Amino acid sequence: MEIDFLLERILPALNRGVWVTIQLIIPSMLLGFAGGVVLGALRAFGPRWLRRIGDAYTTVIRGVPLIIQLFILYNALPKLGIYLDGFAAAVLGFIMCSAAYHSEYIRGALLSIRQGQLKAAQALGFDKTSMLVSIVIPQALRRALPGCGNEFIYLIKYSSLAYMTTCVDLTSEAMKLAAYTYRFTEIFLVCGVYYLILTSLAAWALNRLEKLAYIPGFGKAK
Amino acid sequence: MHNENQFQATDSPAELAPAEATAAKSLSEEAAASRRDPALAAVNISKSIGSRLILDNVSVSLARGELKVVIGPSGAGKSTFLQCINGLIPPDTGQVFLEGQSLNMRNKHELRLFRQQVGMIFQDFNLFDHLTALDNVAIALRKVRGMSRQDSEARAMSELERVGLANRARLYPAELSGGQTQRVAFARALAMDPKVLLLDEPTSALDPELVGEVLEVIRYLAKGGMTMLMATHQMDFARALAHEILFMEHGRVIESGSPAELLAAGSGTRTLDFCSRLDLEL
Repeated sequence: MEIDFLLERILPALNRGVWVTIQLIIPSMLLGFAGGVVLGALRAFGPRWLRRIGDAYTTVIRGVPLIIQLFILYNALPKLGIYLDGFAAAVLGFIMCSAAYHSEYIRGALLSIRQGQLKAAQALGFDKTSMLVSIVIPQALRRALPGCGNEFIYLIKYSSLAYMTTCVDLTSEAMKLAAYTYRFTEIFLVCGVYYLILTSLAAWALNRLEKLAYIPGFGKAK
Repeated sequence: MHNENQFQATDSPAELAPAEATAAKSLSEEAAASRRDPALAAVNISKSIGSRLILDNVSVSLARGELKVVIGPSGAGKSTFLQCINGLIPPDTGQVFLEGQSLNMRNKHELRLFRQQVGMIFQDFNLFDHLTALDNVAIALRKVRGMSRQDSEARAMSELERVGLANRARLYPAELSGGQTQRVAFARALAMDPKVLLLDEPTSALDPELVGEVLEVIRYLAKGGMTMLMATHQMDFARALAHEILFMEHGRVIESGSPAELLAAGSGTRTLDFCSRLDLEL
């Protein structure tokens, strides 16, 4: 690989793309996680009809390939008069998908909190909301963190499907340049390194977060 | 008793003295205030789960400062009975009175107020796993009582001192022994200034060598005049301290009376029979 081609063609294109990718994944991570907490809590503690809806949503979103969901958001919704630009369609698709997966981790963690602790809180006179906020959720989030971290890493990688919505992210830039120059190997190798850096950064941040949130008796020892 | 020695070996007994005096003082003041009504009464509590009758018209009445002990084989309904009193398990029928005031369990607000005044100690401790010993005691003071962080922590610290665990305040439940965990649970309950304590087999989940330190806390509370209803298998303890023993079987109280009556040699009671078999197992 000539250094000129790397410096003058690949890096500028991929730098442009990685910036878009970062703009895609940050709102998707935050809102996807928030949505997952709400959805998970509803699926664990909500009234039955809400639980059913939450379960159905999760089944559909987890069961249909993301690429098809993005296609529907970008190409089929306009037929109903709803127009999303490529970026918005991609972010919406990622949030919906991410929330479904997160909700599964959160739901499991919420249900894993020992019933006895809930009884103890009630016996002290806690109302349901402060019991959830002070006792259940702080424990559940710690339990869910490793699973949710996994989902964050996945999100970084499946954000490459944004090309479906003509949103020009890291992968799209690589594909465009490769189609133009026919130098697939070099371009996609470098593109892969970009994703590896992003996921490594995320893994490092998650690791830090786990250490910060560490409490004896929860998860691995420091 | 060997139990007492154990408690004092692990902790400084000096820490107990001032609090004991306070407890005794507040007792004499309050005793005058409402001598007429029992501190706590549960009347004709019944509970079925599915088609199985777990509790069949069980009643108990606790005068102020009284310690009553509920014994009986496992599955007799002891634990269900205690949890029906504070509504953790809603009873099907029956009434609960706190100082003569009837409790309407359907009213969530009233039930929460009741629970703030009636502490509960569980067999498996049920400390909040994500909080230090100090915060376990302080959190209800903040979230339920609305105290400031500073006040709640000061109060929590003094309660931990009372059970001899001030030096463990910053540790998490996973870092405490079973006996220490249960003593923190006592501090948590006592910080709410309960009028009555319900104790659901507080020593059953403990290793034998840790039972003593917890019994010592209960003994100390009994001497301070705390009103308590306790399910237990600790017969020596019941014999020494209980004002009355209720023997439960198949969801009913089948015998009740003072330890002297029920446990007298040759009395031929069901309680005596049960206890002698319990002793053999131990």
